Amino acid sequence: MNITQLSLFLENKPGRLQSALKVLAGKNINIRTLTIAEVTDFGIVRMIVNNPDEAARALRENHFTCSTTEVLAIEISDEPGQLEKALEAFSRHKLNIEYMYAFTEKRNDRAVMIFRFDDIEAAKKALAGEGYKIVKKIDIIGE
Amino acid sequence: MFNKEYEAMQVSKLREVQLERLRWSVKHAYDNVPFYRQSFDAAGFKPEQIQSLDDLRRVPFLMKQNMRDAYPFGLFAVPMEKVVRIHSSSGTTGNATVAGYTRNDIDIWAEVMARTIACAGGSSKDVVQVAYGYGLFTGGLGAHYGAERIGATVVPISGGNTERQLMLIKDFGTTMLACTPSYAINMADHVERNRPDYDFRKTKLRAGIFGAEPWTEQMRSEIETRMGVEAFDIYGLSEVIGPGVSCECSAKSGLHVFEDHFYVEIIDPESGEVLPEGEKGEIVYTSLTKEACPVIRYRSRDISRLYRTPCSCGRTLVKMEKVTGRSDDMLIIRGVNVFPSQIEAVLMEVEGTEPHYQIIVDRKDALDDIEVMVEVNERIFSDELKVMNQLAARIKQRMQSVLGVSAKVTLVEPRTLARSEGKAVRVIDRRKLK
Repeated sequence: MNITQLSLFLENKPGRLQSALKVLAGKNINIRTLTIAEVTDFGIVRMIVNNPDEAARALRENHFTCSTTEVLAIEISDEPGQLEKALEAFSRHKLNIEYMYAFTEKRNDRAVMIFRFDDIEAAKKALAGEGYKIVKKIDIIGE
Repeated sequence: MFNKEYEAMQVSKLREVQLERLRWSVKHAYDNVPFYRQSFDAAGFKPEQIQSLDDLRRVPFLMKQNMRDAYPFGLFAVPMEKVVRIHSSSGTTGNATVAGYTRNDIDIWAEVMARTIACAGGSSKDVVQVAYGYGLFTGGLGAHYGAERIGATVVPISGGNTERQLMLIKDFGTTMLACTPSYAINMADHVERNRPDYDFRKTKLRAGIFGAEPWTEQMRSEIETRMGVEAFDIYGLSEVIGPGVSCECSAKSGLHVFEDHFYVEIIDPESGEVLPEGEKGEIVYTSLTKEACPVIRYRSRDISRLYRTPCSCGRTLVKMEKVTGRSDDMLIIRGVNVFPSQIEAVLMEVEGTEPHYQIIVDRKDALDDIEVMVEVNERIFSDELKVMNQLAARIKQRMQSVLGVSAKVTLVEPRTLARSEGKAVRVIDRRKLK
């Protein structure tokens, strides 16, 4: 049920993201979605790719620092107020979101959001109880 | 013990040996090297005035600059046909310093390096992999001759080619590794990153003799944990002989100096006065037996202290504290003395940080700025920005409390800092260029 996210450390300099993506392109890795959190000197690139293990291996071989983290992909109706409603449910269950970002494609007219919870197991349990659909890995990475 | 007669000699007897050899060495330098003759004459000193070891205090110092000025052979005390080997420093900060060796000098060097290996528990049963660089640098050949002298099996692989180092450790059953501590950490990094199948603990490697650069206790425990070896500090300098000047024994409470060949004093680097035993200052070396290049009161710039306490290993030789700083490397940041080794200790202390760092000192608007760049490896990397920011803040805070100056801490990608398989480039002082 969990999705494996690839996280990558990059210095905030021209060409760094490009050189990392070049490594992934060389291994035929498809990036399904990507987001960057940055401060002045560096950034953390978070991405969902079709083959995170292979991608991590290729990046490490090229001396990039990266890691993999388990995150949840959740379907949310693409209508006003629906994201707020989801967050209200999370807060009721005292689930802390470390960060979140959107998936680029819709699924059955619904938006897909990626959530990084500090306690992923508690989050899964609570979400199932609330009737949210957690998207399976196979559906996300398309394999 | 390789040479019990000298290493465990009664101190009073050792003093006699030292005095006799000192008188020879000072006279040898005066008679055969114009530099010493001029320098001693200018100070009104004659070799005959050495009646006790303390009389050495009247002799002028030999500075690193004197050695550079004498490039290449100005300090040689024997004709070239007696010189069988030449070593030299890299000369990155000026003229290189050149050292010549007679056959007898090479013999003494092999002896003190054999003692060093024995000090670290080595014997003829060991397989010693010498991963110090071979060539003009004294590390490789110094360790090589010492290991041969003790009768060990030498693997003269030299520095670099980490994959091959790992293969030979495994295939040749290497028991002892000789290299710089930063290269040892490099090897452990390489294994962690690229060789999940490789386990140092499944090899026969059990000890390492590490030297040629200052390193900290934290680095020692890092190497010991990650490589499963006992790490010994060995010390030497090419101006004096190369590695083999002093080394740690199993007690690991300081490095025994081979005093029957090298006489040591500790001085106040400011006043030049000799300090009493136990006080911290600059180490000054006088060679007692060297023929080709005698050194008389050479100011090493290395900071240490001496103490002669009974040692569990049975050696009576004086111990010097592990050198963790050089007065040369000392940075003065806004009036505060900062040693790169202190910065390294902070990085090691902050959870998981390895010492791949570089210090950049610059001057902006007449104010010194210090920036510490730390490479981010997987053990300290997190997908959460707040964790990364906390790491940088923690390093910054510890720096402030340990060094007494505030430093900018920048996290950088792996492999962005200059790194070598020999000595690491730790400090870039841009103030000097302005």
